[in-house]
Amino acid sequence: MWGSMFRWLDPYAKPETLYHLCGRLLPYLMGLALFTLLLGNIWGLAFSPADYQQGDSYRIIYIHVPSAIWSMGAYSSMAIAAFIGLVWQIRVAQWAVLAIAPIGAVYTAIALITGAAWGKPMWGTWWVWDARLTSELVLLFLYLGVIALAGAFSEAARGIKVASLLAIVGVVNLPIIHFSVEWWNTLHQGATITKFAKPSIDPSMLWPLLISLLGFALLLAALTCLRLRSQILIFEQHRPWVRQLVDAKGDSSQKEQN
Amino acid sequence: MNPRRQKRLVAVTAFVLLLGGAIGAMLYALQQNIDLFYTPSQLIEGIGKDKVKPEVGQRLRIGGMVVKGSVRRAPESLKVSFDLVDTGPIVTVEYEGILPDLFREGQGIVAQGVLVDATTILASEVLAKHDEEYMPPEVAEAMKGIKHVPPSQLYKESDKGQQP
Repeated sequence: MWGSMFRWLDPYAKPETLYHLCGRLLPYLMGLALFTLLLGNIWGLAFSPADYQQGDSYRIIYIHVPSAIWSMGAYSSMAIAAFIGLVWQIRVAQWAVLAIAPIGAVYTAIALITGAAWGKPMWGTWWVWDARLTSELVLLFLYLGVIALAGAFSEAARGIKVASLLAIVGVVNLPIIHFSVEWWNTLHQGATITKFAKPSIDPSMLWPLLISLLGFALLLAALTCLRLRSQILIFEQHRPWVRQLVDAKGDSSQKEQN
Repeated sequence: MNPRRQKRLVAVTAFVLLLGGAIGAMLYALQQNIDLFYTPSQLIEGIGKDKVKPEVGQRLRIGGMVVKGSVRRAPESLKVSFDLVDTGPIVTVEYEGILPDLFREGQGIVAQGVLVDATTILASEVLAKHDEEYMPPEVAEAMKGIKHVPPSQLYKESDKGQQP
């Protein structure tokens, strides 16, 4: 059953095919990401109405919420790649773990920093050790742990294996982050949009937020393509197809110079 | 699926489930310690099956809604006292200092301080707890009947009132 369900994916397990697929997708993803990010953020930061209590300070939501949601989204993707890499020993999935980790770490850092900048004027403090803030900080440490472990072994394959295990185990943290505001008393407010009930935000503020969410997702996909391409080149540098690629590039640039 | 893959699948899944279970059990045991604050009813009625109440003199955080009409400011100093409520009992908080911008009656807050008697807390820090609702001022006025005046305008209006 498994074999037939995922057979169509098999060609993309070949590094060369995936390298070219990512190369073809990259300009579209990046272009769409820039467009939606600009649209969502300019709309949200300049044109949507101010909040009745927080005034203009609430506008950090257009960066904070998308980066926080996709810091968790990136982690799930990384963990799925790690699982596939461990069980089926598919090398491109293992490299995808390395490709996603730094992007996710930056998303997490953005969420933490923008949250602190909002917390100071609204709550009256930069940081408080409540369950939501602490679990999101643990997520940053998980990302950093995956990056550090992957580079801590002289044998790259062993490092990736250990880092993948950490990535998979860290998934336990994701529901903790999401439900922390329901399970425990926290200073952080409950979910505004990531719940089954109607979003508790006015439509005039919701639309730019949704566009911004899409923008951060597309940027994550685009950056993953970009980084995965370079990971493939690093690990396959001695293969003939990479040699040919480099030679072809070299020839064409020489021709241009002449 | 070949036997080697199956073995790896079982090993990885078992590893994750075991560790996940261990972390889950740990969090469950620590449940009360992860709560950032007591609610007024927890403070007065106690927490959990054993109804554990905090002792007088203990440092703690209390979180609840500021009761409407309960904010009393000292005319000569920054001293302020107000009542907090969640579902039933009321707890009084005394504080000296500057309150956050979002502090107002009916707003959720979290105060850190020392329990001086069963229902009074001498706070050293007061934080505003914002709810998850976002709306423009006109919508808030229509839906909730709240006409929000920013603090800067509030003081201008009261100044005008004092100088006829």
